[in-house]
Amino acid sequence: MALLEIRNLHASVSGKEILRGIDLTVGAGELHAIMGPNGSGKSTLAQVLAGRDLYEVTEGQVWYDGKDLLSMPPEQRAQEGIFMAFQYPVEIPGVSNMYFLKTALNTVRKSRGLEELDAMDFLTLAREKLALVEMDPAFLNRPVNAGFSGGEKKRNEILQMAVLEPRLAILDETDSGLDIDALKIVASGVNALRNPERAMIVVTHYQRLLNYIVPDRVHVLADGRIVKSGDKNLALEVEESGYAGVGEAVAA
Amino acid sequence: MTGIDQIRRDAARRFAELGYLTTRDEEWRFTNVSPIAKTHFSEAFSDLSAPERAQLDGRLSPSKGGLRLVFINGRYAPELSARKLSRGIRATPLQEANGAVEAHLARYASYQDRAFVALNTANFGDGACIEIPKGTVVEEPIHLVFLATGGEAPVISHPRSLIVLGPASQATVVESYLGHGARYFTNAVTEIVAGGHSVLDHYKLQEEDERSFHVATLQVQIGRDASFSTHSISLGGGLVRNDINAVLAEGTEATVNGLYLVSGSQHVDNHTAIDHAMPHGTSHELYKGILGGTSAAVFSGKIIVRPGAQKTDARQTNKNLVLSEDATINTKPELQIHADDVRCTHGATIGQLDQDAIFYLRSRGIAREQARELLTYAFARDIIDRVKVEPLRARLERILVERLHAGRN
Repeated sequence: MALLEIRNLHASVSGKEILRGIDLTVGAGELHAIMGPNGSGKSTLAQVLAGRDLYEVTEGQVWYDGKDLLSMPPEQRAQEGIFMAFQYPVEIPGVSNMYFLKTALNTVRKSRGLEELDAMDFLTLAREKLALVEMDPAFLNRPVNAGFSGGEKKRNEILQMAVLEPRLAILDETDSGLDIDALKIVASGVNALRNPERAMIVVTHYQRLLNYIVPDRVHVLADGRIVKSGDKNLALEVEESGYAGVGEAVAA
Repeated sequence: MTGIDQIRRDAARRFAELGYLTTRDEEWRFTNVSPIAKTHFSEAFSDLSAPERAQLDGRLSPSKGGLRLVFINGRYAPELSARKLSRGIRATPLQEANGAVEAHLARYASYQDRAFVALNTANFGDGACIEIPKGTVVEEPIHLVFLATGGEAPVISHPRSLIVLGPASQATVVESYLGHGARYFTNAVTEIVAGGHSVLDHYKLQEEDERSFHVATLQVQIGRDASFSTHSISLGGGLVRNDINAVLAEGTEATVNGLYLVSGSQHVDNHTAIDHAMPHGTSHELYKGILGGTSAAVFSGKIIVRPGAQKTDARQTNKNLVLSEDATINTKPELQIHADDVRCTHGATIGQLDQDAIFYLRSRGIAREQARELLTYAFARDIIDRVKVEPLRARLERILVERLHAGRN
């Protein structure tokens, strides 16, 4: 059984249909890239999977580990092992990264019947994960994302993913706004977290990220539908001929 | 005390003339005190029952070890107080003080144009007098605790404090107002005279019963190159009005911060007036409010820059987090600037919890209610974090967490 199965998914925002029938199956251990031009619906898909209520699902189903994902509130999805790295991570002044991460981890652990970590154990774990994204432990004492640079925010997302150890990670344009050094750090963090039990969906506009995070499958999204799927070479094709070129190939 | 007797008589006469103000008065536009005016109050007894005493002991515990004066319904309670005097510091009920009282009492908080100050001045009971001699640094916070015990019939008390810091002295003073019982009215006045180069950190924690009335005036005269800070935390009370009037001298630095947490049908009004009378003064003001239920809050921040008060640097911010559709906030800055080489800024915000932030927290597994609590706490936190008295800060953190968790805000 696939870990994630999306069937004929339609979703709208303020009455405007953005997703117009998505079908996608992702198995454990697989990494799928979803590419598409601006407005194609790729971020909407990520947000719908994470449970953002701005979007209304009008048709279709999403099965996650055999469960009806769309009936779950966002926190339950996270507890069940879904993680979305935000395209625009939210700044939360007044809440320290440490408190946020520890609260999130312990909530998730509790829901899985695991013991909560105390401050010492959490710190040990956090330090190990920080190294993965080359972040200074001082980050833990700063308010969540407040005053962070774009690169720091994206690394903080990967740090959260590393701490929460999801079964399905969705990275929403994690490469946007990153210089090449930051991109490499983020990519190596992501690669270190790949394993046979964990699935990942990487949403990106550009092929560049996929030089560092090599996908098993690539899907091109246009106008709310997947118009073409293939292996990693499809990303290179998109890079060469552009989205219009790929779209024409489909139409032809 | 003949001087004081004369002042009391003048104040009583003045109150008879002024009466309770109405919302036609600009200063009272958003706060209707007719529920106070309509209530017949009598003087309260100062005895405590055993359960009352036990409850009070629990709430006083953070202040153990320091200097503490406790007043019950305006009457000094020596058995609950701790007067560990050293190096000439005087902490006494007003009757026992003389020099400072003659020189300062009722000289700053004007009973001529402020009705509630007149009412207090005419009627105050024992009151507290703190005198810090020149050059003296008092490490331990000095606690003034005012407890009101309402009974079957509405009662009234008039807490009165006079705090005099000698030149180059330093102290921390915490005023706490607590109470229980159906309907009572606390009408407090505190006068502070801070000498040149002195440092005073002042805190006011208001935890009155939610059916009570609480009106308080803090009048501060700050000397040259002195540093003064106050944090006014309003948690309780049904109808609450706080007035802070600070007059700055040359080179004075004043911090005036506040936090109000209102829910149910509470009404809390904070009026501040910062008077830059001389050049090179700095004032920083940050008030934050969290409103729930059908509560109402008022913030009015007046900044006066007198002619010649050049190089004044005055900043004022009022931020409100409104958690319910039925809560009301009125916020008003008022800048009167009569000098041309100054910097004065003000800003006010009224907002709700950030939905993006709530979703962000939920997407990490944190339940919606917990996310709301966390964000609300985060909003209040920068005021709480500025409280330097550790036991007080810890207590505030605990109260805030409990209140938010109970879903009252």
